[in-house]
Amino acid sequence: MGLPFLLEIGSEEIPDWMIEPALADLRRLFAEMLADNRLGGQVTRVDATPRRLVLRAEGLALEQHPRIEATIGPPVSAGPKAAEGFAKRMGVGVTDLEVRDTPPRYYLARAVAPRRTSEVLAGSLPNVITGIYFPKTMYWTGKGGPRFIRPIRWIVALLGDAVVPLELAGVVSGNTTRGHRVLGAGRIPVTIADYEVQLEQNGVILSAAKRRARIEAALTDGVRRDQALLGTLVYLTEFPTPIRGTFDERYLELPREILTTVMRHHQRYFSVEHAGGSLAPEFVAVMNTNADPQGVVRAGNERVLRARFNDARFFWEVDQRKPLADRVPELAAVTFQARLGSYLEKTNRMAALAMELAQRTGAMASLAERAAHLAKADLTTEMVKEFTELQGIVGGLYARVQGEHDEVWRAIYEHYKPLSMEDSIPSTPTARIVSLADKLDTLRGCFEIGMVPTGSRDPFALRRAAQGVVRILVEGKLRLSLKELCAADARLEAFLLDRIRHYFRDVRGFAYDEVNAVLASGCDDLVDVEARLEAIRAVRPTPDFEPLAASFKRITNILRQAQFAGGGAIDASLLEAGPERELYQGFERLREIVYRHREARDYRAALEAIASLRPKIDTFFDKVLVNAPDARVRQNRLAFLGSLLTEFSAIADFSEIVVAQNNTASP
Amino acid sequence: MDTFQTTVARLKHFWAEWGCVVTEPYDVEVGAGTMAPETFLRVLGPRPWNVAYVQPSRRPADGRYGENPNRLYKHQQLQVILKPAPQDVLDLYLHSLAAIGIDLRKHDIKFEEDNWESPTLGAWGIGWQVMLDGLEITQFTYFQQCGGIDLDLVPAELTYGLERIVAFLQDKESIYDIEWARGVSYRDVRFADELQNSVYNFEFADVVALWQLLALHEKECQRLLEGYPAYEPKSRFPMLAAYDHVLKCSHLFNLLDSRGAISVTERVGLIARVRKLAIGVAQTWIEQQHPAPAEAAQEVA
Repeated sequence: MGLPFLLEIGSEEIPDWMIEPALADLRRLFAEMLADNRLGGQVTRVDATPRRLVLRAEGLALEQHPRIEATIGPPVSAGPKAAEGFAKRMGVGVTDLEVRDTPPRYYLARAVAPRRTSEVLAGSLPNVITGIYFPKTMYWTGKGGPRFIRPIRWIVALLGDAVVPLELAGVVSGNTTRGHRVLGAGRIPVTIADYEVQLEQNGVILSAAKRRARIEAALTDGVRRDQALLGTLVYLTEFPTPIRGTFDERYLELPREILTTVMRHHQRYFSVEHAGGSLAPEFVAVMNTNADPQGVVRAGNERVLRARFNDARFFWEVDQRKPLADRVPELAAVTFQARLGSYLEKTNRMAALAMELAQRTGAMASLAERAAHLAKADLTTEMVKEFTELQGIVGGLYARVQGEHDEVWRAIYEHYKPLSMEDSIPSTPTARIVSLADKLDTLRGCFEIGMVPTGSRDPFALRRAAQGVVRILVEGKLRLSLKELCAADARLEAFLLDRIRHYFRDVRGFAYDEVNAVLASGCDDLVDVEARLEAIRAVRPTPDFEPLAASFKRITNILRQAQFAGGGAIDASLLEAGPERELYQGFERLREIVYRHREARDYRAALEAIASLRPKIDTFFDKVLVNAPDARVRQNRLAFLGSLLTEFSAIADFSEIVVAQNNTASP
Repeated sequence: MDTFQTTVARLKHFWAEWGCVVTEPYDVEVGAGTMAPETFLRVLGPRPWNVAYVQPSRRPADGRYGENPNRLYKHQQLQVILKPAPQDVLDLYLHSLAAIGIDLRKHDIKFEEDNWESPTLGAWGIGWQVMLDGLEITQFTYFQQCGGIDLDLVPAELTYGLERIVAFLQDKESIYDIEWARGVSYRDVRFADELQNSVYNFEFADVVALWQLLALHEKECQRLLEGYPAYEPKSRFPMLAAYDHVLKCSHLFNLLDSRGAISVTERVGLIARVRKLAIGVAQTWIEQQHPAPAEAAQEVA
């Protein structure tokens, strides 16, 4: 049996996207505070609306669990006088002291008087509340005042039936909450038991799941279930009610991308599709109130959308007066980055690079160059100035109506892709080349002027650009030298390597040791890296593979210990008859086969061939002592092992493969 | 149905009744009500200050020759500064909507995150855009910094977009169809302004002359800033005049920008130049208005 607890932090409207992380933080901070103060209990729920962060807990003790506090005194060797002095200072008699430890010391162990839970909470809650992390905070009571995401206007803090008295930013805690700004009362006395019901009667649905369900109920009949938008609306409302509106079909002449962007990003409406997938002239808006009986809200939203669509149509028409090609010179006035010049300069670099990349990959250089030349021109259009998130897409749409080649407009349209890990890479060869040229130019330029991402600071989204480069190379099967793409910038190469590891491990799910092994054998050609990784993944479960890997590791160690520098021809006459000579013959025979498979990029067959050598290697290590007494034999043996290792490590450095102990070859 | 001028009068009356000083628009071109000295300078320092004024705001690049029903070269804001922001500031704001006939029980109102920043003024704040039935009608900001200075008291800034609000109230598809006064439309009052200023800003403005004007205003402002330290008594020094030159620079910058006359290298540098002036004036203004105790004592002596 313990006490229930309720905390409601009443705030002005908190940005929707910060609420869930804030709740997690509140839960963690409160639980830590309970534990640190020995108050027992546990957090049972955290909830939030835009105007309140709420935590509920149960089983709190009435007072702190008892604790014995030990104070260290002088060592016994300091003599009885020191002990008396210590006891006097602590206000006890010498007989109250105890002796512990070696060498022995005096100790005083005393029970700490437990404080009442309410008192502890009153002292700790302000720190719990202001300890919640928000990405951007403000002060409001004056310079130097407490910081929070938005001004705190009321606090409900109840332990059982009693208010936990506390004060924060001039707000004194109490038992009164506030309802919905329009639907509810301004001051509502609550108890822990009736809190949620009281809120609901005052127009506030506390549970995010219930709010979500109210919105989801309207997402039928062709409404696009946009999960991100749904999440936003759940935390933008205290009492969500969806309404359905319509717009004039004539606006459907505008590109779908523009219409949905206006609805989704600017108005937070769900768009609606016909059964065939085409856009329907309808939308679903979510109100933060309970009803729209006279249709006033619907009419208002329809009016706003109409104005927005009119704007878009106006931009579309005005923009057409000047074709993209004529806009390119205007890019001289658009800054790319202060030290990297204008978008015109970037365009010129991109076009040159696109042409070069196209020539190397067998794409049509003239198309790639044309697309790169026009790719950024939409930055000067009214449409992109208004809907910045449509950059590229707008350029592509304009290029299409302006009669550019299919490959060209598509390349412009898609050149910002992939926008995220979930997004696909550009769909055509030309688009991939243009996208690469754009991203590489940004990466090279930023690295050149030292704008390298650090920690969470990555203002030019270089990580995303690098990830895009990696994905386009691998998934687009573009055999381009990474070193050359990096223009000999070692830091950029290292940065890309980091993204390559991340991509193959975390996105593609290759084991980290496989990735290490393959990259250690070369990472200049990512298509090849992928092929080698897939071969390893395929061969790894076969019985010979891991023991073989263990043997390779052993060879590596032997060579390292012998400080073998490599080189030296193998003198076959010095090879011992038996296991050594047999291994050598096997090696000589396989070498040719492995080489042919590798040339054909059949890495799997190559690896299987290498693995077939395992019995001979095992026998060799069983029977032959590498460190032969005769220096010439020993040197020859090392040269042999060295050449074996080099020859077979072109696909992967097997010594990087982590092998379970019981799988290793017998010594 | 209220006319444009009646709605504006009701809002001004509401804030006057609450306790604001109501002033007429500032008479130097500005891009937003924030730039008028009634806001930019008065939010600095520890003195409370409540003010409301309509501010015509010129944004040359937004001109559309009077062709676009929702865009204006010069729109009008009702700017309200409450310093420090009262605890019930959002409720007060909702009451002001009721005062112009918006019955919130019939509408949908949301406060959506929208922070504000002006690099040129060294100013930023935290706040929302207020959405009424999907229409942004007000920008609400708690100022945090102005002229690069942390503010002693946090003011609330309410910026009502008057054309939008009235078009909404009068149910007009175009701003130009708003009834300004009985029988007089917004078009009657403002169309020529929009057309002619768009033509000037985009076609006629003499780039060389604008650059010269900007340099002159900058120089005059610098001269004043440099003259302040040696001048006594401080309270007479024309800092407000220096600030007018900052505003002129800012407006000229916008004109040159709409003319497409600012190159990449110039742009960054130019913003920094105007910012330097704005910050210089802000810091000097604080010192002038709130001298450090020692200096204050000296002045008395």
